[in-house]
Amino acid sequence: MTAVAVPTVSARPSRWRRWRNTRTAYAFLLPALLVMAIITFYPLVFQVYMAFTDFDLKNLRPNGPSPNFVGLDNFASIFNGKLSAIVPNFDILRILTFNIVWAFVNVVIHVVLGVAIALVLNVSGLKFRRIWRAIYILPVAIPPIIVATVWRNVFDPQYGAVNQLINGTVGVLFKLPPFGLDWLNEPNPIVNVYPLILPVAFFGLLAANIWLGWPLNSVVATGALQSVPKDLYEAAEMDGAGWWQQFRTVTLTYLRPAMLPYAIYGFVITFNLFYLSYFMSGGGPFGQTELLVTIGYRLVAQQHLYGIAAAFAIFQFFILLALTLGTNRLAKATASFDA
Amino acid sequence: MTAPSIAVARTEPAVRRRLRRGDSMPLGRQLIFQLVCLLIAVTVLFPIVWIVGMSLDPRNISRPDSLIPPGASLDAYAKVIARPTLNPVSFIQLALNSLLLAAAVSLLSVGLGVLGAYAFSRMQFRGRIFLMLGVLTVLMLPAVATIGPLYVSLIRVKLGGIVLGQSLIGVALAVTSSQLPFALWNMKGYLDTIPKELEEAATVDGASRLQTFLRVVLPLCTPVLAVTAFFGFVAGWTEFLMASLFVVADPNQWTLAVALNALVGQYAGSTPWSAFAAFSVLFALPVMLVYLLLQRYIVSGLTVGGVKG
Repeated sequence: MTAVAVPTVSARPSRWRRWRNTRTAYAFLLPALLVMAIITFYPLVFQVYMAFTDFDLKNLRPNGPSPNFVGLDNFASIFNGKLSAIVPNFDILRILTFNIVWAFVNVVIHVVLGVAIALVLNVSGLKFRRIWRAIYILPVAIPPIIVATVWRNVFDPQYGAVNQLINGTVGVLFKLPPFGLDWLNEPNPIVNVYPLILPVAFFGLLAANIWLGWPLNSVVATGALQSVPKDLYEAAEMDGAGWWQQFRTVTLTYLRPAMLPYAIYGFVITFNLFYLSYFMSGGGPFGQTELLVTIGYRLVAQQHLYGIAAAFAIFQFFILLALTLGTNRLAKATASFDA
Repeated sequence: MTAPSIAVARTEPAVRRRLRRGDSMPLGRQLIFQLVCLLIAVTVLFPIVWIVGMSLDPRNISRPDSLIPPGASLDAYAKVIARPTLNPVSFIQLALNSLLLAAAVSLLSVGLGVLGAYAFSRMQFRGRIFLMLGVLTVLMLPAVATIGPLYVSLIRVKLGGIVLGQSLIGVALAVTSSQLPFALWNMKGYLDTIPKELEEAATVDGASRLQTFLRVVLPLCTPVLAVTAFFGFVAGWTEFLMASLFVVADPNQWTLAVALNALVGQYAGSTPWSAFAAFSVLFALPVMLVYLLLQRYIVSGLTVGGVKG
């Protein structure tokens, strides 16, 4: 049987056969490609055209006029302050800085917390391990739009859970006057070093996103931890390595390849996290917690400036591309550091 | 001393795990670790418990004045099911819209995705690398990035008297398209781990490519199908961006997410928090239940697809 099969397999497939393979492959791919071509690729191309026109609400009507060609005006308006006159509190440098800091701070905390808690849950002899794991995964199962709206209420100055909790514990204990910080709208920023401005709302959003983000990191870390061969620890212990040395030499070596891709993925996801900014703080105060995605959405849904929105989306794409390439390079550099 | 450890090494993984879990820990250390775990659990559960508590508040007041309501009643649920927003649309209608959207996205992304993933994983053809990279590029784009041109284009497309840019059908197509890159790559990653020998055996027995795919490959990748279906379902069930843009003018087509936006948005002042809380619980519950049921699959599907990239 194998003797018969070998010659046909090892022979180079004929041109006809290769064409037939390609045809079959495309038959399988066609439905998916068709949907993506119409819904994603065509709009992408159309986007490039729109970015050079003054497409807005009047061009949307079925018999409306064609938009005018405006050259690079839309792109220029992002940087030269023209957009700031239309969208309140728009400042591209500040928004971009905030967006990058937002994603970076979140991912670092998510990964560190996720790994730390995975380590705690991985301690041998820990009781109720399964119950704790089941509880910790709950935030992941809640739709982000609900997470955002619920946390908005959590930070309400008068009726929110945070302020009520503070007043009910510390406030009662030390007989303090009612604590009524308006977390999401407090106008005085904590960090104010232009272009980096971090209002109190940033820390509110951060709290919500840490709550939302660490559990999945913990799951990924747990998977990696379980792949560490136990005898490596025994060997390290025999060599006289302490807890910290064991963690650095054995645990981290196994964690890094699993956590790095996930951290990069997390960075992109957090960079584009629409729901928290849009629903929790509404971008406030003074647009200081707006992200590129929320601005892009406002340009379409509220301002109806489709031309400028298209230019903004293209700008956003290149920022993302640069960041992804940058983080990938960073990941490669750190991976080869002591591997 | 050596004999039992060898025996342990040779036993089934499940037994080994049980033995390892039997490892004892000094009581004091155990207590400290349990305390840490409890503390983490409290922070995780706090917002959930608070919102559930609020949804049971029996007093019908607009804002809660205490963390724990003085009693419990399902009044808020009854009210929110009858008429969640200021529009005369019932919760059932909203949930039905969300459900249809979710089911459509789920079915389409799995069906179209697995076919394409199979071609990417098993076939050599012209343009394979180019197409895979093209799909990957789209994966990086946030869905909101093409929302403008998509809306502008779909508002001009009429299918059987329905303007796509003003209907949930258009939303379903748009969400499916944004789910497809993930579906394709995740399922391709999983298919790559299934040995080819089974299919070759089927081919030798005279099965066609399509038969092999349907009879041999599909049953083997049930876990990843379930995961992709789940993600598609959640994406559809919670979709806000496109839905709010496309169907905001027609309350009969509103989904739960669009209604939630109305609850917390401009009408926020007139919505009692207990109603908002009840709505949130009802909105989140189906997703949470399915997630907890499929958790094992979801986690393994995610890590396989993620690591293989």
